[in-house]
This record gives sequence, structure tokens and C-alpha cells, in this order.
Amino acid sequence: MLSVFYKEINSFFSSLIGYLVIGVFLISIGLFMWVFADTSVLDYNFATMDQLFSIAPLVFLFLIPSITMRTFAEEKAKGTIELLYTKPLTTYQIIFGKFMANFTLVIFAIIPTLIYYFSVYQLGSPVGNLDSGAIIGSYIGLFFLSGAFVSIGMFASALTNNQIIAFILGAFLCFFFHWAFLYIARMPVFVTYFDLFIQKLGISYHYNNISKGLVDSRDIVYFLSVIYIFIYATVTVMENRK
Amino acid sequence: MSVIVKGLTKQFDNQKAVNQLSFEAHPGQILGFLGPNGAGKTTTMKMICCYIEPTEGTAEIEGYDIRLSPLMVRRQIGYLPEHNPLYEEMYVKEFLQFVASIHKIDNKIARISDVIEMTGLGKEQNKIIGTLSKGYRQRVGLAQAILHDPKVLILDEPTSGLDMNQLVDIRSLIRELGKEKTVIFSSHIMQEVQALCDRVVIINDGILVADESIEKLSSRMAANQIIHVEFAQKNISSVIFSHIKGLSDVVIENGQFIFTSDKDSDIRKSIFDTAVSNGLTMLEMRQDKANVEDIFRKLTKSVPHA
Repeated sequence: MLSVFYKEINSFFSSLIGYLVIGVFLISIGLFMWVFADTSVLDYNFATMDQLFSIAPLVFLFLIPSITMRTFAEEKAKGTIELLYTKPLTTYQIIFGKFMANFTLVIFAIIPTLIYYFSVYQLGSPVGNLDSGAIIGSYIGLFFLSGAFVSIGMFASALTNNQIIAFILGAFLCFFFHWAFLYIARMPVFVTYFDLFIQKLGISYHYNNISKGLVDSRDIVYFLSVIYIFIYATVTVMENRK
Repeated sequence: MSVIVKGLTKQFDNQKAVNQLSFEAHPGQILGFLGPNGAGKTTTMKMICCYIEPTEGTAEIEGYDIRLSPLMVRRQIGYLPEHNPLYEEMYVKEFLQFVASIHKIDNKIARISDVIEMTGLGKEQNKIIGTLSKGYRQRVGLAQAILHDPKVLILDEPTSGLDMNQLVDIRSLIRELGKEKTVIFSSHIMQEVQALCDRVVIINDGILVADESIEKLSSRMAANQIIHVEFAQKNISSVIFSHIKGLSDVVIENGQFIFTSDKDSDIRKSIFDTAVSNGLTMLEMRQDKANVEDIFRKLTKSVPHA
């Protein structure tokens, strides 16, 4: 598993992909947080990081499928998957190694935003006047959200050997699991009896819960389940070869 | 021991790519796995390497069953897939290190430089795989297959698309490896198999059509004797030979008689006796060995339907 993990990480950072992902994430988040007048903390008059945590899922919606799209699609298109499969590795080892590598890259992109935290912390009046509990919770939420997106994106990549299809499908599935349930729940048929249940199926409900600083085991279990289900589905797809 | 294939069958939709195939391969022996394109060679090799699952039957590699313990099987095998897929963006050494770490090889650095030496990759060892020429890529493919010193080597058309010099190099490497390992080597070129292998397994349409040593195969198929004879006298009528039993054809070409016998009859003695009784002086008598290429064509041309 570790050998696959190192290989993937190496390929991210020996090509442009790794730097591009981190750069694009930080620039887009930075623009929203510090530059764009509508959302800038500097014009907001409150010391918060809400902008980061509300924009990040949107950026990840595009960024994570673009990391994960090559995971299996490229190996299948180039035939190198045969090389991996005929080595003494289990499908789980291959998939988990790749999952950890993709996930690590996303975490690398998130880590530098801690600087934003210290900046906002210093800007508060008095210094340090911000809801650190909620921010810690939000980071935990973002951590799990990216894990869920990575597993969804990898599942999409396992389904095809075309990277573009993998990207579009991955982005759609991430969108669907993040937001769609929130809006489906608001349809008149479901309101009053089923709306809360349907909302709970979506990622955003749990993400917002954790973001409040309320790290509930139920939300964590939800995220771990989503990650597990999609990894399991990926394993099933990848083992079902002729 | 080594590789024992038992009734291996692979069904794709409504077509049997491999049909009840059984053969064995032993250490110290290079087995040529031969068949026209689309005969099921690659499918068979993929099944032996646990890349695809057989529909029926099984195979044993060094005592491990491909269905029951695929991980152990993969540890015993060095596999060079057809088309030789490689991670093009990786460096040669980086790639070999990756493969070595999968196999958990103890003395990685030393083993990698040994293998680079063996495969003649020395000059190219610091390059990116994508920039290598076809011959060198093939060497990288071979290097990753032999890196963990496997007992069984399965090479799917290792020499396709190489030029003469590269061919000779790769062949001699395979011959060297075949001295202690079990090598199964697929090809659709008969001459190559003739030059390299001790035994041949020929399949056609997924069915085994021959499994024997090269010499046996040639002699079995050489049942039709072709005999060239040159006489000192000119203007001999071919009618005087017509009484020979088992003779099916006589042609005169450039003053030489070419006799063709029926299956299973040796007509050399009768030709000689006839020549003597007619007072002819024989300058040369020579029997043509049936070309292995012809045998291959003969075996695989008729499409057997079971």
C-alpha cells in the first residue's frame, strides 16, 4: 500500500498537478477572503473565517474531481493497470494507497490556510476575538468533506477509462451528494414528514453541523460511511474485470 | 512442478477465447507459446498471471493455484504484458524502485543496478521512460519482470517491434534466464520460437493443436518426404520411377528430380534401387527438412471446431 502511496505522491509533485492544485485552491480562497469586496473579511467588520468554509466546498467540487479523475482512468487507458494488478498487491491496497495519496494532496492544499486563521486572529479587536471553536470544527468538517469528495471522485474514475468523463461524473456526484439532498428536501411532497431525513442524506447538512463547532459523532459516522461506501464501490468496480 | 495449466477456459460473451487448454512448463526450459493473432495466447497468459479470471479450469504456478492464492502466484511470476505498459512520466530508476518496493526486495539499490546491468539499460538508466526508444522500453519492461528474481517468467510477445540487433540482445537475455527459470514466451513468429525454445505449445482458436519439442514437431510433420536427386545422365524419362510404391509426384527442375512421397513412406531406397537397375549414376540425393514455418501454417490453417 505504501509503495502505491509514494508513487502517487511522487507523480503529483514531480509534475505540475500537485502545485497547481494547491495554488489554485489558495488563490481562489484567498481572493474570496481578502480581495473580493462582497466577501472580504476586511470589509465584513467581523473577525470570522465563514467565507473560507462556505466557498471551500464549491472550489473542491471542481478541484477534487480534477485530482481524482486520472486515478484509474489513466491507468486503464494506458494499460498500466495490468502492471499493478499482476503484482502482489490486493485491490484494497491499490485503491487505499491511491485514496491516501489524493487525500494527502488535498490536505496539503488546506494546511496553508492556517495562515489565514492567524491573520484574522491578529485582526480581531481585541486581538484573538474570534470563535476558535467553530473554526476548529469547520476544519474537521472540511477534512471529512474532502475525504468524501475524494472517494466519490475515485469511484467516478474507476467507472471509465476516459479522464474527461471521470471528471464530469465525479463533479456531478460530488454536487449531488453535497447539495442536491438539501434542495430535494424542500420539495413540497417531502416537507413536514421527510424533509429532515432527506437533508441528512446529503453532505452539506453534516458539514454545516460540524462547522458550528459541534463535532457530533453522528456526523463523523456519516462521513466515514460515505467514504467507506464509495471506496467499497470502487473496489467492486475494479475487481469486476473480465 | 512449475506451471501446470489444467483445462483453462475463457468465455467472452458468445466466443470461447481459450478452450480447455492444458499444458505444463518446467524449470530450465523455455516454452514457446505460439499461435496466430487472436488465437488466445494473451488471454491465457493474463489468466495465468491472475489478471483475468478463467471461466473454467485452473492453473498451478509453483504449487499455488491461481484461483485460491492469486497473491502468492503473483509473487512467483515475472510478467511482461503485451504492448509493455509503463509509467511514461517516471524515470527508469524511479520506476524500478517502485516495483522493488512492491515486491519488498531487501537490497533494493544493489538489485536494481544488477538488473540494469543484465538488461543493458546502463546508458539510459537516468532517463524518463517516455523518452526511451521502443527497444529500451522493452528492456525496462523486462527489467521490472525479473527484478524480484521470479521462478516463472511470462513474456507476452517480448520481441515485437524490435530491430535485428535489439532482437538478438533480448533473445540472448531470455536464453540466459531460461537456464534456471521456467520461461513461457509467446510469439506469432515461428522462426523466433525455433531459435529460442526447447518446447512449443501451439494453439489456434483457443484450442491446443501441438505440444512437443521442436525436433519432434518438425519430424512429425515431415511425413511427406521431399527428395532432390541429381543424376549424371541427362534426358531421363520420369516414367521409369512411376512403379515406386508411395511416390506421389515427380518434377524435373533445373535438371534435378524432385520426388514427393506419400505420407509415412520412405522412398529413398526404392529410388536408389530403380536408378541402379536402370544403370543411372546418382550424383546427389538430398532430403528436404520440412520448414517449421510450414508446419505452423499447416497446423493453424485448418480451423478445428470442437
